[in-house]
Amino acid sequence: MTNPTFTSAGARTADAPGPAGLSIRHAVMELGDGDTKVKALDDVSLDVAPGEFLAIVGPSGSGKSSLLAVAGALASPDSGTVSINGQDLSQLSRGKRAAFRLANIGFVFQSGNLIPALTAADQLRLVNRLAGGPKNFDPAVLLESVGMAHRAANRPAQLSGGERQRVGIARALVSGAKLLLVDEPTASLDRARSREVVELLARQSHEHGVATVMVTHDHDVLGYCDRVAEMVDGRLGAPAPVR
Amino acid sequence: MFLALRELIFARGRFSLMGGVIALIAVLMVMLSGLSSGLVNDGVSGLKSMPVTAFAFDQGTKTDNAFSRSVIDDQQLNAWRGTAGVAAAEKMGVGMANATTDSGKQIDLTLFGVEPGSFLEPSRSAGTALGAADGIVVSSTAKAEGIDLGTVVTLDRIGTKLKVVGFTEGQATFGHVDVAYLPLKTWQLIASGQAAPGTPSSAQLSALSFDTASVVAVQAEPGTKLDLAAGDTTAGTSSKSLSAAFNASPGYEAETMTLSMIQVFLYAICALVVGAFFTVWTIQRKHEISVLRAIGASTSYLLRDGLAQAAILLVGFTALGVAAGLGLGAAMPDAMPFALEAAPIAIATALTIGLGLIGAAVAVVRISRIDPLNALGGQR
Ligand SMILES: Nc1ncnc2c1ncn2[C@@H]1O[C@H](COP(=O)(O)OP(=O)(O)OP(=O)(O)O)[C@@H](O)[C@H]1O
Ligand SMILES: [Mg+2]
Repeated sequence: MTNPTFTSAGARTADAPGPAGLSIRHAVMELGDGDTKVKALDDVSLDVAPGEFLAIVGPSGSGKSSLLAVAGALASPDSGTVSINGQDLSQLSRGKRAAFRLANIGFVFQSGNLIPALTAADQLRLVNRLAGGPKNFDPAVLLESVGMAHRAANRPAQLSGGERQRVGIARALVSGAKLLLVDEPTASLDRARSREVVELLARQSHEHGVATVMVTHDHDVLGYCDRVAEMVDGRLGAPAPVR
Repeated sequence: MFLALRELIFARGRFSLMGGVIALIAVLMVMLSGLSSGLVNDGVSGLKSMPVTAFAFDQGTKTDNAFSRSVIDDQQLNAWRGTAGVAAAEKMGVGMANATTDSGKQIDLTLFGVEPGSFLEPSRSAGTALGAADGIVVSSTAKAEGIDLGTVVTLDRIGTKLKVVGFTEGQATFGHVDVAYLPLKTWQLIASGQAAPGTPSSAQLSALSFDTASVVAVQAEPGTKLDLAAGDTTAGTSSKSLSAAFNASPGYEAETMTLSMIQVFLYAICALVVGAFFTVWTIQRKHEISVLRAIGASTSYLLRDGLAQAAILLVGFTALGVAAGLGLGAAMPDAMPFALEAAPIAIATALTIGLGLIGAAVAVVRISRIDPLNALGGQR
């Protein structure tokens, strides 16, 4: 499938130096203070290459969301480095980081997190405007690729959980980001819907060379992933290939 | 404004409720502004239209009702005439009178005694100039009382008869009472208490040895700033500029202060109500804003969007309210002192919008404190 959005945005990220994908080195992050201090990340290192689909599993409170926050330039680690497409995030100011996220990182949050006032098509148009994308941007192309073209004019309230999640994935891909961070995308979905959504994520990362990190509690869907890593008490185990 | 407009449409129920409140405030604003302009006109339009820079009252005159209280003489007049920068100075008599028209109708008049032919002589919309001893030029609004050219009014108690020879250009009232201009000599005759019943004759006037009046009306040379304090020292007067002298008209200060206070409260209410609405609205949007910030929307984009939304709401509904207020104002009964004037209404409109925007801005700034991290994990 050829998608004009990806080609144009691909050019935007291509001029970044260094290796493509996500690279985390010895990240440590403590949260809370005093007695309640918790090591959310304890010497975490991780590499995800373009086109690779990595799943992270682990018990509640083990630091999975913290890892996504650090990987997504939403939080800075206390020590260690994070680089995306060769850009060291610690070099970026707060304002620059927002712009960097917009161009390079796509987020898919639990239950979609769409803007209630916007139709599916407008969700995508808004991100395209924020990112300063092409004037003739056509949301139908991306919505088609997630199988949602027929609900383009519907607002989130009129969509099912799975449909919302698919619109959320399309929205994360608008600016042509080459890193997709996904936090529990199937938490509110039934088994069949979960499989559809994760299959869609796998297809998008493989077809468009997107590095994808997905946090999940749902062991049923791991079959669609390339590698799985387990997190326990802030420590990330070595990613193992899925059989 | 992409998001702002779509949210206005999406949450149109909530926004129109808020807009309704803004529109009602704007209606009230227009009504108050009309009422206050109307009261000012009723109180001091007789002074407002005079080509006078300042009035000099006798030193030590109490401000309230100073016009009818003060007494000045020729010495004080001449001192003012000799002051640098004064183009002209004239004595002026001010007094209140109850009178009866020849058709038996009881009316109230403010008598302005001015020298015929001087700069104080009013411009007329009908009739002849001041000059005849018994000739008066009355406010055009007195026509509503059944007064016409040639109507004879008799002053109560003393029985002096005066004849209407002209009408002023537009409204000329003072202390909510129609002004009647008359020759200064005739005014002095009445003020001296020596007036006899019937038409005042020129023989009576020339026999009169009474040369005081109420105030000295001073006109500055064009383009010069008059040094009022210097004039006051030599003349033994205390002078007030034209607009400051409004406060010396009966009840003026009390009326305008009451209305200004109500208006100030209304502006404060507008800012607070709009601020409260946008505070709640921003808190409701907290999660979606954290998502937008996580995606990478800049703070300035989100702030601009939120402010644009408030501006659209305020401008739209204030315009609606002002239009409704103007319609209502046009339907006001004549007996009510009410005047729709462009300048005060424009200022009131600008203030409503401006203060509403300040209220909204204080609320919308919260956007910049919303942490994009909230977007991660479940709904918190
Ligand atoms: N703002 C915070 N202040 C203090 N401690 C925090 C804060 N946020 C998270 N933590 C702690 O950091 C640790 C890691 O939290 P994190 O949200 O990353 O876990 P998680 O693996 O995503 O859990 P879940 O599966 O429940 O979402 C937890 O022990 C949590 O209690
Ligand atoms: Mg989590």
